[in-house]
Amino acid sequence: MIFRGFRHGVHPPELKDLTAHVRIRRMPFPSEVVIPLRQHTGRPARAIVRPGDRVERGDLVAEADGFLSVPMHASAAGRVRQVRLWPHPDGSYAPAVVIAVDPFSPQAQRPRVIPDWRGLTPAELVNAIRQAGVVGLGGAAFPTHVKLTPPKDVVIDTLLVNGAECEPYLTTDHRSMAEYPERVHLGIRIMMRVLGVSRAIIGVEENKPDAIAALRATLPADLDVRVQPMRVKYPQGAEKMLIKTLLGREVPSGKLPMHVGVVVQNVASVATIAEVFETGLPLIERIVTVTGRGVGRPSNLIVPVGTKVRDLLDACGGLLPEAREIVFGGPMMGNAQADLDAPVIKGTTGVVVLTEEDLKPQASYPCIRCGHCLDACPVFLNPQLLGRLAVKERYDEMEQHHLADCMLCGCCGYTCPSNIPLPQLFALAKAALRKRKAAA
Amino acid sequence: MSQERRLLITASPHLGTRDSTPKIMWHVVLSLVPVAAAAAYFFGASALLVIAGALLGALLTEGAFAGWGTLRDGSAVITGLLLALTLPPGLPVWMAFVGGAFAIGFGKLIFGGLGQNVFNPALLGRAFLQAAFPVALTTWPVPRGSFWQLKGDNLALPFTHPHAVDTVTGATPLGLMKFDHVPTEPWRLVLGTTGGSLGETSGLVILLCGAYLALRNYLNWRIPASIFLTVALLAQVLHALDPRQFPDAVFMLFSGGLMLGSVFMATDLVTSPVTNLGCWVFGAGIGLLVVVIRLWGGLAEGVMYAILLMNALVPFINRATQPKVFGHASPRAAP
Repeated sequence: MIFRGFRHGVHPPELKDLTAHVRIRRMPFPSEVVIPLRQHTGRPARAIVRPGDRVERGDLVAEADGFLSVPMHASAAGRVRQVRLWPHPDGSYAPAVVIAVDPFSPQAQRPRVIPDWRGLTPAELVNAIRQAGVVGLGGAAFPTHVKLTPPKDVVIDTLLVNGAECEPYLTTDHRSMAEYPERVHLGIRIMMRVLGVSRAIIGVEENKPDAIAALRATLPADLDVRVQPMRVKYPQGAEKMLIKTLLGREVPSGKLPMHVGVVVQNVASVATIAEVFETGLPLIERIVTVTGRGVGRPSNLIVPVGTKVRDLLDACGGLLPEAREIVFGGPMMGNAQADLDAPVIKGTTGVVVLTEEDLKPQASYPCIRCGHCLDACPVFLNPQLLGRLAVKERYDEMEQHHLADCMLCGCCGYTCPSNIPLPQLFALAKAALRKRKAAA
Repeated sequence: MSQERRLLITASPHLGTRDSTPKIMWHVVLSLVPVAAAAAYFFGASALLVIAGALLGALLTEGAFAGWGTLRDGSAVITGLLLALTLPPGLPVWMAFVGGAFAIGFGKLIFGGLGQNVFNPALLGRAFLQAAFPVALTTWPVPRGSFWQLKGDNLALPFTHPHAVDTVTGATPLGLMKFDHVPTEPWRLVLGTTGGSLGETSGLVILLCGAYLALRNYLNWRIPASIFLTVALLAQVLHALDPRQFPDAVFMLFSGGLMLGSVFMATDLVTSPVTNLGCWVFGAGIGLLVVVIRLWGGLAEGVMYAILLMNALVPFINRATQPKVFGHASPRAAP
């Protein structure tokens, strides 16, 4: 295979050393968990519990609303306190089930909610994955069962497992691959059976040699699975970039990976699928990297979904005085948090606590047309032009200049010497266009 | 809650490169210092007077009309310095001052300030001076004499005729070539011991300074590379056809303002294309125009007009050289 990689992109500092070699451990149960009904792409789930209800760990608290939706489960045993609006990691307030955790509960699991995978047909497997509330754990939280049910006329030939983890700081995928390689391979086996594909490639950036070695040491003999090291570059983990790097295929504008015969699944999601079938529990906890120079003890933790970031930080030595900004996800695409009550949700890959020195300066200057943003954009847009149009709210022209192809990866903003908030301008323009279309 | 109050809420990305627009500008200024120093070495105190005049004109105009705060971004210093480097060493200081004021006022601020101008402000300033004071702008002292000996009537009062000062003037290498068909030895051109404007003398210093900026990615190396290639290629072909009439590539590259213009003016971020392909086209256009003006035009030197003309075409070049957006060409179908 000719190894080509994708073009453009940026090389931010990796900053993964803080947690790259810290073993995953389980954090203690907090006194309260908050399960937002919207944690995924698609329609929010519908709450089925009421204040006062007793729930066990793994119990259903909200059911899926349609096909593009997933159910939510209690991540700890306790009593439902209320169902109310709660600070959401995206910065809004969203309905959430608040559960007072029973301090005396052993938090033991009930008998299997999810059946053993071995006897199941592909359709039954997809259904079980859906019932378990599995979504992509790489950040976008797209419901996994939707990805696993491509239309009949689409032929899938390859499963790509995304172990790029190109965002600076984050090490959840890295640690999962290094510590649970068998689980990754089991997840791949299940997904290959569901999709009926014979080939899988795990793409891992070469700054994780221990993960590559662990995965290679445990490769199943009976499956065509390959581990492909990739050169370190951001945004390698973006689906379209990963497909370009690993297969040389370019997903057409406005189309999905399945249109070029590929399903991409984040390595953490793959491991979670295996875990769901191993333990019989739905997706109620995930691995989160808590890191940055503003937190006492950077860690990789198994965290119950719904844990407030306040409790999570306390479990990691707390905020240091120099902490300036708390970001959910990586620093390139993640959201800054205003409220420490915001909970960890299924798509939370990490919590990065940045200090003043880490942050880019706040001063902004006029665009000097240096063109660095054009050299950075992995989809070859003209960010400086789009930025000028965005400031003037000329959204229709932005659409003609392919705003829709922008994935908000942040490369342009990262590289801009004038510190123009390009990704934010583009997000606003996209939102305005969506609103306009919905109204029309 | 006290913890939250200290927290910043900013949009992603939260990290950035350590480059900033003022940092880029001040690095350009820094890289112009050796060029200015070379000018002072060759032309003595006269060079420093002209630089001071142009700088003062540029900075006072920027401060008075754009606010003193914008001086900190360094772009006005670049304009003043670059303008000075295009001027003859014997120029009265007040003319340099007027040129600096014009460059900032009509070259930049009138368009809306930093990042908005179409033409290179320093070259616009020089074009204005050339139209206003054609004789003073074409009097070229030869580098000789002591440091303190002025190379012209630098201290002439405004709006007076400059006195004829007892200095040696002579034609520039380009003038010699064009009007008298007298070539200059290549090593003198490379080192800069020839007559000419402040900055058009030492090609070697300019190339080194430009290489530094290119390595830091503060200028797009494709522009000077494209200009050099185009000029060298055309010159060599013409030279092969008629060696008596047309000079060779080395002469064309190292004479006149080509080095200064290619490295420091054509690469002005604001007035050059944003696409890499566009930079190649832009440079080729400049190279072609330089050769045409120098060899067939009425002027001995054509770098200034070549760059200004191509500046005007930048919006079209940008539009014509947009790269293909990912996923938009005929994509390979799934096997």
